[in-house]
Amino acid sequence: MSALELRDVSKVYGEGANEVRALRGVDLSVESGALVAVMGPSGSGKSTLLTIAGSLEVPSGGEVLIDGVAVSAMSRNERARLRRRAIGYVFQDFNLLAGLTAVENVSLPMELDGIGARKARVAGMEALEELGLTDRASSFPEELSGGERQRVAIARAVVGDRHLLLADEPSGALDSANAEAVIRLIRAACQRGVAGVVVTHDAQLASWADRVVFLRDGRVVDQTRPPDGPESLLAPKAKS
Amino acid sequence: MSVRHALLALLSDGPKYGLQLRQEFEDRTGEVWPLNVGQVYTTLQRLERDGLVESEGDGDEGPQRGFRITTEGAAELATWLRTPPDMTSPPRDELVIKVLVALRLPGVDVRDVVQVHRRYVVELMQQWTRLKDDAADDEVGFLLVVDAELFRLDSVIRWLDAADGRLARLAADPPAPPGPALAPRLRRRQGVRR
Repeated sequence: MSALELRDVSKVYGEGANEVRALRGVDLSVESGALVAVMGPSGSGKSTLLTIAGSLEVPSGGEVLIDGVAVSAMSRNERARLRRRAIGYVFQDFNLLAGLTAVENVSLPMELDGIGARKARVAGMEALEELGLTDRASSFPEELSGGERQRVAIARAVVGDRHLLLADEPSGALDSANAEAVIRLIRAACQRGVAGVVVTHDAQLASWADRVVFLRDGRVVDQTRPPDGPESLLAPKAKS
Repeated sequence: MSVRHALLALLSDGPKYGLQLRQEFEDRTGEVWPLNVGQVYTTLQRLERDGLVESEGDGDEGPQRGFRITTEGAAELATWLRTPPDMTSPPRDELVIKVLVALRLPGVDVRDVVQVHRRYVVELMQQWTRLKDDAADDEVGFLLVVDAELFRLDSVIRWLDAADGRLARLAADPPAPPGPALAPRLRRRQGVRR
């Protein structure tokens, strides 16, 4: 069973002459522990795909299944709980709350989900520790560097029992060293069993994924094949 | 890649044998650029002829013959390090040519051709990234070589994306059929040929 499955998903905005078909019959399946990158030019439907996968938006057609359960069959409350509990989001601009410290930002989703403040804080500290941010736990977002802020955002996205991580251009305006650190953290989360989807136009970021899916005009037009193994790059060595 | 200067560099910290040079070369480049031993000896002979290295011992060609860098060799190495490699002439990039040909060929969707190459390059980048992921932090030479490959391939993807975008815009908003616009362009071309 896939952690995330999109079946023939379409999305239409506006109507008549203003109609925009953002997604057209998209099929996508992401297993637990896998990282999938979605690449495509702007306007190809990447971000729409992510918001629909995260049940932040409702598709015009088709079905989204999370852990095998159709999102359309859930009540409003169930959907809200799913978003708080199972799905973590990382956005390009981090979206941290300025008035809360790093650990408060990370534990907030758990507290909103009714988990006691102390327990949520412990989970928050654990998530920060995994990302090497223990000593920044009491800092406010404005006191953190861009790379640190993005790490806090990732900690918030994986805290607790989340098993679907959705990231929209997570390396944003970070330099290449920080961008690599961010994608390494996302991949590490996937190696612990989280299913990850990263939407990006950055090929270096996408190359960390197990599979890269190419989107054009709202359609999946292509995807990478399973790798032969890195040895093939070093093959000339064997000949000498 | 200049094997000549790589060998000079390896000789800067003391005399070495041919086999040793080959081993050190491969170690420092993270074994990404294999070098056969024949290449090492041919290059050493040329360096000796040019007075940039000198051999120790009695001129025996065997593996026990050591080489040391000369003062001229050290000067040559210092100059080479600071001389930018030639990056000026536009290479006739085969990928660019394929896309240009696809543009002219009836019945070929050039954006599909672009995608075939994009996927191949991304797959190649995935393989390099796996190598990078497996490497230890202190394998600096190897990591730098892998980064160089990734940035080079990334620039190919950027070009393909830019080409794709240009073609998509062109398809959405085709230029007016050649009419009055043709004349000035023709004049310009003739001007170039004069």
